[in-house]
Amino acid sequence: MRRRTLLYGAMAAPLLAACSGQSDDGKRSGGRTTLSYGVWDVAQVPGLQKVIDAFEKENPGISVRMELTPWSSYWTTLKTSMRGGTAPDVFWMNAVNLQLYASSGVLEPLSGHIKSDRTPVDRHPESLVKVYAYQGTQYGIPKDFDTIGLWYNKALFDKAGIKYPDTTWTWDDVRDAAAELTNPRERVHGMAAEMDRQAQLYPAIHGAGGYVLKDGESGFGDERSIEGLRYWTDMIDRGWSPPQSAMVESKARNRFWSEKAAMVYEISAYSGQYHAVPALKDHAGVAVLPKGRERATIIHGLANVISAKSRKKAAAWKFVRFMAGRKAAEIQASAGITISSYEGTQDAWLRSMPEFDLKHYIEMLEYAVPYPSSKNTAVWENLQYPLLGAAFSGKGGIESAARTLGEQMDRALKEERA
Amino acid sequence: MMSVFPSTAAAKKAGRGEPAAPPAPKSRSQRAAYLFIAPLGIGFAVFYFWPLLQTFYYSFTEFGAFGGHTWIGTDNYVRVLKDVTVWQALGNTLIYCAIGLLALPVAIGVAALLNRRGLRGVAVYRALYFIPFVTLPVAVGLVWNWLYNGDYGLINEAFEWFGADRRYWVSDPSTAVYAIGAVMVWSTTGYYLIIFMAGIKGIPQDYYEAAELDGAGPLRRFFTITLPLLSPTIFFASIICMINSLQTFDLIYIMMAEKNPAIGDTQSVVSLFYKWAFIENAQGAAAALAFLLMLIIAALTLVQFRLQKRWVHYA
Repeated sequence: MRRRTLLYGAMAAPLLAACSGQSDDGKRSGGRTTLSYGVWDVAQVPGLQKVIDAFEKENPGISVRMELTPWSSYWTTLKTSMRGGTAPDVFWMNAVNLQLYASSGVLEPLSGHIKSDRTPVDRHPESLVKVYAYQGTQYGIPKDFDTIGLWYNKALFDKAGIKYPDTTWTWDDVRDAAAELTNPRERVHGMAAEMDRQAQLYPAIHGAGGYVLKDGESGFGDERSIEGLRYWTDMIDRGWSPPQSAMVESKARNRFWSEKAAMVYEISAYSGQYHAVPALKDHAGVAVLPKGRERATIIHGLANVISAKSRKKAAAWKFVRFMAGRKAAEIQASAGITISSYEGTQDAWLRSMPEFDLKHYIEMLEYAVPYPSSKNTAVWENLQYPLLGAAFSGKGGIESAARTLGEQMDRALKEERA
Repeated sequence: MMSVFPSTAAAKKAGRGEPAAPPAPKSRSQRAAYLFIAPLGIGFAVFYFWPLLQTFYYSFTEFGAFGGHTWIGTDNYVRVLKDVTVWQALGNTLIYCAIGLLALPVAIGVAALLNRRGLRGVAVYRALYFIPFVTLPVAVGLVWNWLYNGDYGLINEAFEWFGADRRYWVSDPSTAVYAIGAVMVWSTTGYYLIIFMAGIKGIPQDYYEAAELDGAGPLRRFFTITLPLLSPTIFFASIICMINSLQTFDLIYIMMAEKNPAIGDTQSVVSLFYKWAFIENAQGAAAALAFLLMLIIAALTLVQFRLQKRWVHYA
């Protein structure tokens, strides 16, 4: 019985594909156009559904179906489906991949649409909009942005008798607090210095006055960048943070949620998940990142893009345009998923989780550094964790590991230009 | 090429000595025979042989991220041979292969025990041993990662109970490769067990009865009757096992997180291939790597066939 159903399913699949192929914007068949929308964050799905509902209400002829692919396989799946011609009509894009996709011609250029439809692109942070342009053409419009902030456990701070972190904090204050908060007997660490490029490595590198990528050259060999990395490895070596080998098995944020880590650097997009931990609601706080040599945090944001192979481009553009507007931004922000990038809609996000002082995430916009990327970002980013892993596990040698990484990254950058 | 598929080569070997059949006129029965093997032949041509040729061709090209490729000669092979991570992955893969082969003695031992006369519930035991093999590698990897977990894993609880220290089994470069290898053995033993149980069933009972009359104990019977007469089965299983463990991928993919500091010490050739082909847009170099792996498998299989004269007894 089951086998037979499967067989029917297999026979029906090509037929269904043929049907949907004919619909072309729904004009020919006269029915509804169904757009597929590729996303990777399961936490955003309920909020996005509200945005989609509002869009469908305004555009009765179009329906949008979300296709959720987990982050770990999102890009491989997307690339394969692009070659096979089954990619979603509209999908999420990040800074890491924009140049690769745009330069390969698989994204629909949006500049023409933006001009003719007077789309309010200029209401989004300029630095973020720029990330999604390639050689003067706009390929995506941001929907949100995120920065990195310092989360701390007020209960653990009270217990140790330490003042909460505030805007005056420097790296020295963090180190002092981490030392005080660490309690080996209860397996509590002051800090969770996980090896994560966006939340930990890049902010510390810029905080120390270093850089990741400048004028097509790697900054990992730079003395100041190394100082930034040492900020983390020192904490591991001194036992104020679990080593990376431990944090592979229980992530930094899980340690914070189970109150085994007193402080952690975290991306604003995860605030909703922190909010969902009942024990933390009344005693977790957020502060701006403490100052190293300089003040810095990393800004990144997602954009919606349209596949160049989509056969429903008119409908897809309607959806992307709607997502770029105030209404969509407000719904998204009040659902508490992430900070909408549309000017003036951030308050709704702040109000969605009043327990935490989320405003610090937005305050940091002033000195936020855009997430670094080049044409084949994945190649040099994939060098980082294997090369830095030993140093982040308390084996030492961060200086030479960082220099080797710098050399290999430069080689990869040279190759992508060739 | 042919030696990668042991069945073909084995068939050739087994047929040695018999005169080749003279070319007969095409009869109806012959046509029927071709018709019966056609699905396999077509499947082989479409899913094995054609991709093989394609891979060989692609290994001399460079790919665009979304299709299109240009001929670059032997550059990919130079890159593969020069890259230290390839050699490291190759070393890891050979370790997996060595550990993976441990499944054979375990399976033989269990098979011999399960074939004892008068043992009840053999079917239940067989099923229990076989279940890990048919369980999805993803589920296997997730469950074992949980068992191995350094903070709350059951294995560490047990170790602590005996007074040993907690360890991060899959994130410590000194243990990770063996931790994964152990799961490999655990999940494949059932498969070889079934093969060996069938092999042992094929050994005539008369030998055992005669040996028993001569006063041979169970161990003696095992080493002088079971093992030698099982050697053709062991030979088949060891080839299959070696090829499978050289292609280890899924467990590593599931069990090793991207940020795992032990990743360099556990990456196999196939997981490196995956990384190159699907994450870093280096399909050409990945094809060269895959071809290199095929040559290694072919060579090792050939060695096994050469060595079989020394220990395989065809009754």
